[in-house]
Amino acid sequence: MAKELIRLSDCVMRYEDNLVLDHINLYINDKEFLTLLGPSGCGKTTTLRIIGGFLTPTSGDIFFDGVRINDVPPNKRTINTVFQKYALFPHLNVFENVAFGLRLQKLPEKEIHTRVMEMLEAVSLRGFEHRRPEALSGGQQQRVAIARALVNRPKVLLLDEPLGALDLKLRKDMQIELKRIQQQVGITFIFVTHDQEEALSMSDTLVVMDGGRIQQIGTPEDIYNEPKNAFVADFIGESNIIDGIMVEDRVVQMYGRRFPCLDTGFAPNEAVDVVIRPEDIDIVPVEQGQITGTVTSVTFKGMQYDIIVDFRGFKWLIQTTDHSPVGARIGIKIDPDGIHVMKKSAYSGQFGDYSSFSDEYEELDNASPDGEEEGAWHEA
Amino acid sequence: MKRKLSLFSVPYVVWMAIFVVAPIVMIVVYAFSSAAGGFTLSNFTQLGTYAVVFGRSFKLAAIATVICLLIGYPVSYVMSREGPQFQRIAMVLIMLPMWINFLLRTYSWMSILDNNGLLNQLFQSLGVIDLYNRIFGTDLAYFRMLNTQGAVVLGMVYNYLPFMILPIYSVIVKLDHSLIEAAHDLGANTFNVFRRVILPLSFPGILSGITMVFVPSVSTFAISKMMGGGTELLLGDLIEQQFLGGAYNPQLGAAISLVMMVIVVVCMWLMNHFGEGEEQAVML
Repeated sequence: MAKELIRLSDCVMRYEDNLVLDHINLYINDKEFLTLLGPSGCGKTTTLRIIGGFLTPTSGDIFFDGVRINDVPPNKRTINTVFQKYALFPHLNVFENVAFGLRLQKLPEKEIHTRVMEMLEAVSLRGFEHRRPEALSGGQQQRVAIARALVNRPKVLLLDEPLGALDLKLRKDMQIELKRIQQQVGITFIFVTHDQEEALSMSDTLVVMDGGRIQQIGTPEDIYNEPKNAFVADFIGESNIIDGIMVEDRVVQMYGRRFPCLDTGFAPNEAVDVVIRPEDIDIVPVEQGQITGTVTSVTFKGMQYDIIVDFRGFKWLIQTTDHSPVGARIGIKIDPDGIHVMKKSAYSGQFGDYSSFSDEYEELDNASPDGEEEGAWHEA
Repeated sequence: MKRKLSLFSVPYVVWMAIFVVAPIVMIVVYAFSSAAGGFTLSNFTQLGTYAVVFGRSFKLAAIATVICLLIGYPVSYVMSREGPQFQRIAMVLIMLPMWINFLLRTYSWMSILDNNGLLNQLFQSLGVIDLYNRIFGTDLAYFRMLNTQGAVVLGMVYNYLPFMILPIYSVIVKLDHSLIEAAHDLGANTFNVFRRVILPLSFPGILSGITMVFVPSVSTFAISKMMGGGTELLLGDLIEQQFLGGAYNPQLGAAISLVMMVIVVVCMWLMNHFGEGEEQAVML
């Protein structure tokens, strides 16, 4: 059983009448890679800053290793941060940037040198120690920022959208690199991002946030397969979310038709949201289909086609390797394990319809903004 | 090598040639001329006589600059940490005296510091002067404040302080706050954040503030004339005398100006050099 390291207990953050964090309860285990995921303004950066000591919650407590640390300033916490824009000191070279924390500890010069060089080696920046930060590429600055934080041997590393300003290729490389570093140093990483793909591929634990509340906590697999509400289902991956009625255990009714599923524990005839992932839908001839619809749009995506199918006015996204032309009538079949039933929530009806396909879908697909747009993702 | 000047730059080039280059050339020519017009070095050999004035000018200007820095830096720093409303009002209050006529400002100081001025009257009524006399066994009717070097320095500080505050403030206020947070995060307390991040990063502002206070201070003549009562002759007064006063000798005046300019340039160069060295020292 993993040891608990950090606990946020009933944390509220309020700026005048703007509620940024709404009673957050969260515990973070030692040595885990935990990601705070959510759209801009969901409170994820605020949560990170509370852990880092840059903000004090309006109410609620934060514990580190069982000790309340609400009033402990950042410089007294064994937590280090990789800032969104790296925040490297422009007046110091790479070596001195990394050595900054060690110099403050007044370590002997020899030890500082050894540790800085070791760390630069670990982030593959040996030979760059005399460069100025502005003479480095974005990816290199990123790695200096990581080295500068890790050289202090913190118990926890906080990363605030550290890959936001990098281009796609570099992001992918850094994702792998970060995961490798985390496993190598064996400490807790708390990672903030709005990129669901990044979050899914890197995390041990995923915390999905929206509107200052935690929507769901779990492993990436759990959250993808068993989203708790329409928001999570929509934010993590692509989802068709349909109104349904839970007739009885293992039977859900949509479009007036009964579908076998695996979900239990709902009241008889309870209204529910039904999530069907686009890749869990099989296209079959019309006569064999559980329901039938008309193809309204086809997009070639390389690996698969994304087709939008109109089922009585509600548009579904289906990912398939078989080509179906626009206008074709098709049938679909969904296996019981492809149907996921959720309780109704405040988010019901807001997500999961691909009628407004072009906008919403494109936006989700390009969840990685370029550097210029990055400012817009800043949170209060 | 032949880069053609754009048409738009011509007026500026002409302006610079007439009003910057030509006067400097004239100063140089004058400085090396005798009254009759021939070449001579005697203007410079005479300068030894005025070593005291050179020394006094640079000393007072240096003191004024240091005081401006000691007052100006904390003011800039504190200002930059306050809210935007406070910053706007503080900025106006700092600038406001500069919009009032220089002579009026300086005359006010004269009436404050005068032997029968406001301060002495205040001291008198508070019994400070009597107290002083009793303690030190003196027999003063007033404190002599006007017509002293201190008064000259005060005049310099009062007049040029905004030129120290503005460049420093504009550098500090633009500092990326995440750098300060990063320093905290890496274990620095407030003092170390200041010493290792804010101070070195505000160095460019300090340098330009020093330049903007020191240069006008070293060449001022009105302040020393009014606050120093002509007893504390400075380079500016000396030069003025050569051109307008009884000691009419423009050649000597030009030589003094030239030497002063060279010394100032060397000072500035050394300081900028020292500035870079400082940065290097922090790095090593």
